[in-house]
Amino acid sequence: MTDDTKAAPAYLLRGAALYGDERADILVENGRISAVGSLANGNGATVIDAEGLVALPGFVDVHTHLREPGREDAETVETGSRAAALGGYTAVHAMANSTPVADTAGVVEQVHSLGRRAGWVDVRPVGAVTVGLAGEQLAELGAMAGSAARVRMFSDDGICVHDPVLMRRALEYVKAFDGVVAQHAQEPRLTAGAQMNEGAVSAVLGLPGWPAVAEESIIARDVLLAQHVGSRLHVCHVSTAGSVEIVRWAKSRGIDVTAEVTPHHLWLTDELVRSYDPVYKVNPPLRTQEDVEALRAALADGTIDVVGTDHAPHPSEHKECEWAQAAMGMTGLETALSVVQHTMVETGLLTWRGVARAMSEVPARIGRVADQGRPLAQGEPANLVLVDPAARWTVDPAAQATKGRNSPFAGRELPGRVVATFFRGHPTVRDGVLNEPYPGSAEER
Amino acid sequence: MKHLLSTRDLTAAEAIQILDTAEEMAAVNDREVKKLPALRGRTVVNLFFEDSTRTRISFEAAAKRLSADVINFAAKGSSVSKGESLKDTAQTLEAIGADAVVIRHPASGAPHRLATTDWIDAAVVNAGDGTHEHPTQALLDAFTLRRHRAQVAGIDSVGADLAGTRVVIVGDILHSRVARSNVWLLTTLGAKVTLVAPPTLLPYGVEQWPCDVSYDLDAALADAPDAVMMLRVQAERMNASYFPSTAEYSRLWGLGDERFARFAAPEFKDTVILHPGPMVRGLEISSAAADSERSQVLRQVANGVSVRMAVLYLLMSAKEFAS
Repeated sequence: MTDDTKAAPAYLLRGAALYGDERADILVENGRISAVGSLANGNGATVIDAEGLVALPGFVDVHTHLREPGREDAETVETGSRAAALGGYTAVHAMANSTPVADTAGVVEQVHSLGRRAGWVDVRPVGAVTVGLAGEQLAELGAMAGSAARVRMFSDDGICVHDPVLMRRALEYVKAFDGVVAQHAQEPRLTAGAQMNEGAVSAVLGLPGWPAVAEESIIARDVLLAQHVGSRLHVCHVSTAGSVEIVRWAKSRGIDVTAEVTPHHLWLTDELVRSYDPVYKVNPPLRTQEDVEALRAALADGTIDVVGTDHAPHPSEHKECEWAQAAMGMTGLETALSVVQHTMVETGLLTWRGVARAMSEVPARIGRVADQGRPLAQGEPANLVLVDPAARWTVDPAAQATKGRNSPFAGRELPGRVVATFFRGHPTVRDGVLNEPYPGSAEER
Repeated sequence: MKHLLSTRDLTAAEAIQILDTAEEMAAVNDREVKKLPALRGRTVVNLFFEDSTRTRISFEAAAKRLSADVINFAAKGSSVSKGESLKDTAQTLEAIGADAVVIRHPASGAPHRLATTDWIDAAVVNAGDGTHEHPTQALLDAFTLRRHRAQVAGIDSVGADLAGTRVVIVGDILHSRVARSNVWLLTTLGAKVTLVAPPTLLPYGVEQWPCDVSYDLDAALADAPDAVMMLRVQAERMNASYFPSTAEYSRLWGLGDERFARFAAPEFKDTVILHPGPMVRGLEISSAAADSERSQVLRQVANGVSVRMAVLYLLMSAKEFAS
């Protein structure tokens, strides 16, 4: 698949609304968009009727847990990247908390290679910041950056790099290769044993609380560190109104910080925890309606740059148990677009152009992913997605490609459906169902 | 109502029905032959994931006095400690034919999981879950308060609520399932509840609860409440900086001898002391207070059996309950 020039089938996408605006035909040939406009089908391209569909650049997830190596019962690179393709993604960043941890060039190259062999999306491994996610010693960031996986994003996600000196050093060190530290902002001492958002609901339910200040204090510290050392900081899954204020302040000061919000934090609140159903257990926890409103507004005005799924599949036995024993995390790849449409587009907060920015262009820039998040224009790589905004569908976790059945949206009717996903000019998804992976992928290595 | 998970879910009418039924059960407990045939052939499982001899024997006595078959399942030392899940345990009890499961669990919400999943059909009674609720404790406290009030006023307690009764609850509210269940139940029944604790031992957001909150025990006692409920305080909380020392805790929030001496004043003549047990004498309560005639502690224990009989009876056999 490195050879983009070999003759491949051509596709003519008829009448798509580019970024939800003007209608145009898109000709996809040899992995690229060869023409955009009112096109005649001169050389026998396969015609795909895109009337009523919105064309967007393929989505790029900055925050995905693919679980391989180590927890192949939860997800594999194969199943996770299938789910990604179905969700309209053409690239995902695989978080480092696998077993073994992705803290060496060997592990990130393995994940990268698995992604190439699967052939559904670009799998961009995230490297751990510290050895074993232990928060004590820097992992070999340079080796991972220089490996075949070309890692640019580093994160101990799931665990906060809470030692301020270590965080400072990591921010400084990644400047050597234009890297970014993606921080899971959670002050560990303030959240020991935490089970849910600390607030009125946790008080009633008797579940130890995860206070907003535990997130906000780390973000405040980190933006100041990023400013001090002149480095690039990405804040994972921002979940509170207070965090939004701090990020807004940091950006106003010119600090190089980007922020992410998950689809579930754009919609769900801690009221759902009253059911004690662990499908709603996630880290950071579901917050309050006030936080949801602040996050939506922040994504709309660009204070929050991107939507990252934090797709976190778990085996059912880790959710079919008591709340306190349950694993934290929710699946998200196959519902993200629909949730964003419901919470942001249908509320008038975000245009489809804004969706392209938050789900493709800026995520690609943060991860320094070449050939992703590019404009829908002649000569650009043909990574794109066709969305039917008029579709309505009901979430059935058992029908999803991810192995995880832990969708908090199960049973909900959602708007918007991914009709087709083109990955380097090849349709990984057609008519809303998986097609074939990128040709020749399985023979890789 | 099929389960008893929380007092927050109870209406005043439901709560009064339980208390009135408990009065009938108490009459049985006063007889020489303390047994009713109501639950003959039915099986009650006491599923205890936490050691609690007091609560377990109270439920066991209640079930046996209703002629139910009782299985005590102490999860410690069983297959559960070898990693069996709550789901598998529940399905095992279902297969054995449990009609009711009385569950004590260290995880808040574990009884909700049993009641709301398809793991088991039995009636679920929450016998204390984590720091969430302990509804039968609150019901027996309400029962005790209602009886005391009726005695003072010379009226019949049956049918009555707790309108106007002033109750001060003192101690580790943050970690107390007893406090939560009592706040909801006593206020539903019309009582006025004041929580007293160091600020560190009050939950975030407590100001939204339907009660008053104070950091000052002496101030809360100033207008001679009808009842003072002292909660157990674990000395280990000191190590997590909830308070500086047990001595300081006792001085500020304990019912020690000096504070208890105020009860000799005329306006305190009908004030009673409650404690859910087990008591930590010398920390939250002095022996003089605990052993005084104001103490309702042993009455609470006796009333607990009647209340639990009422709950099991209503959940397992009464057709019209919660109509």
